[in-house]
Amino acid sequence: MPKPLLALIAAVLVAFGVSHYSDHIDPYYLDVITGVGINVILAVSLNLVNGYTGQFSLGHAGFMSVGAYLSAAITLLLGPKLFGDAGGTDFHQGLLFFAALIVGGMGAAVAGLAVGIPSLRLKGDYLALVTLGFGEIIRVIFQNVESLGGALGLNGIPNYTTVFWVYSFAALTVFTVVCLVRSTYGRGFLATRDDEIASEAVGLDTTRYKIVAFVIGAFFAGVAGGLYGHFKLTITPTGFDFTKSIEIVVMVILGGMGNTPGVILAAILLTVLPEVLRSVDEYRMVLYSLLLIVLMLVRPKGLFNFDYARIAGRLRLRLGGPRKEGTR
Amino acid sequence: MTEFLQQVLNGLSLGAIYALIALGYTMVYGVLRFINFAHSDVFMVGAFIGYFVGEHLPSGTVWGGLVVLAAAMAGCAVLGILIERLVYRPLRGGPTLNVLITAIGMSLFLEYTGQLVFGATPRAFPTIFPAKVISVHGLIISMNQVIVILVASVLMVALEFTVFRTKIGTAMRAVALNPKAAQLMGINIDVVISFTFGLGSMLAAAGGVLYALNYPSIDPLMGVVPGLKAFVAAVLGGVGNIPGAALGALILGMVETFVDGSRWSTYKDAIAFAILIGILLFRPAGLLGRYTAEKV
Repeated sequence: MPKPLLALIAAVLVAFGVSHYSDHIDPYYLDVITGVGINVILAVSLNLVNGYTGQFSLGHAGFMSVGAYLSAAITLLLGPKLFGDAGGTDFHQGLLFFAALIVGGMGAAVAGLAVGIPSLRLKGDYLALVTLGFGEIIRVIFQNVESLGGALGLNGIPNYTTVFWVYSFAALTVFTVVCLVRSTYGRGFLATRDDEIASEAVGLDTTRYKIVAFVIGAFFAGVAGGLYGHFKLTITPTGFDFTKSIEIVVMVILGGMGNTPGVILAAILLTVLPEVLRSVDEYRMVLYSLLLIVLMLVRPKGLFNFDYARIAGRLRLRLGGPRKEGTR
Repeated sequence: MTEFLQQVLNGLSLGAIYALIALGYTMVYGVLRFINFAHSDVFMVGAFIGYFVGEHLPSGTVWGGLVVLAAAMAGCAVLGILIERLVYRPLRGGPTLNVLITAIGMSLFLEYTGQLVFGATPRAFPTIFPAKVISVHGLIISMNQVIVILVASVLMVALEFTVFRTKIGTAMRAVALNPKAAQLMGINIDVVISFTFGLGSMLAAAGGVLYALNYPSIDPLMGVVPGLKAFVAAVLGGVGNIPGAALGALILGMVETFVDGSRWSTYKDAIAFAILIGILLFRPAGLLGRYTAEKV
């Protein structure tokens, strides 16, 4: 079996094991662990769009909200109809939750397609603005739809999200993104980012690549939204605003655009850090914005984007070994 | 009929404010080819400068109002030039994505620093101009609306004069057309870009004060939505095109006012983005813009 697939299966098994013993973990830590997993899904999926394909999306929270609302609507409305008020067995609930997450992801992917087709045909900064506007439109729509709770949002969502679900999907996200980018087809994403005109000149359909990346990113954002809804148990239209999108963008940029391990590290760091620094919470967004500016000026490739060859060269130098040609 | 005229008047004053912001977006896009996200927050700072200066002046006089406007415009011109000098200039010529991220970072920085310094709660804007209401055959014209339209028209004529009749304006147009060739002709690009930022920020500040006059409550996030809509207006007219920005803003102001008066009023904030998506689909270069192929 190929290595990435093995890793995926191993990750799912480990998630299942941890989930099995989750009763023994302090609920507070369990909350943080779940939050980390959801943010990993969001950041890694956004990295496919922002990092690997070089398109700047500011609407990830919007896609998240589509997934959250759709999946919550399914478990809330369909669940009691299928299994009665008792809610059925654990297996039934799991199956329903899985279906809800997938449908939520699909809904977000369709939204991604609808947003992506007009804006991705154009070069430049339009996508950032259109996705920003899309977030606004989604919020206005959810606030006006009474059957989805209007401005008050949806309450009483069943508590289905477990460590198993979160980390299985996190592993699946990393697996999909890494394998996609490394595949022959996936080289097109990198080519689109590196030089759009040259890629078009050699016959790549760059718009198609952008849309594919965008739709896949939106799908996983939708799944993350579903997990988030069944984890927080209540969702409101304002909970998925611009700030949430920016939070995910900061994770991607801090980790280094197009660098999945770095982005995962950044997602963990930026989820745990606010928990530790509760006292300075009001400075959080100021810090985030400064971080964006300073990183772009000083270290545009991200904080966790290490040049391994260079580090190895330096180590060798310090250890007194022969210096390899070509490494500085 | 009266109601229709009333809506036209309201739309005109809203559109005039959008136009003042949109002009700044479009000028910066013209010379640097990037969207200055922080522009909408310069607009917010302009309103706040107006608020603090306005508090110390006798309210309800024309001269006091003009002093407030001038102070806000001067303050924001300095801010705009500073932002360009400290943040955007080091990145000039770098990858567009980095510049875009920096611009977004700058915008967020101004917003959230504003929340820390000014507080997040909205403040009531002082009545700096004389507040009067004139009624003509049932048509209600507020003094503020008249001032908004007057000031915006004067500023736009002044801008037209600067861009098309002065030396620095010619330099601006030259840089927008081809920066490298302009440099070879002895134009100092840095000066031109600083000037463009200063000019755009001045207009945004004026827009901020006028907006605060008509919608008299200001807070650090007030710039986000008008800023976005002004950008939509700039795209609608053809980004980089100065008359286009004014035209797009007037159309957008009208459409929004009429939607607000109809039974779809709850969707008022979404209509601008629907227009944006429509224009990107059918006429990406904008109403007055011309499509140009990108050259290698």
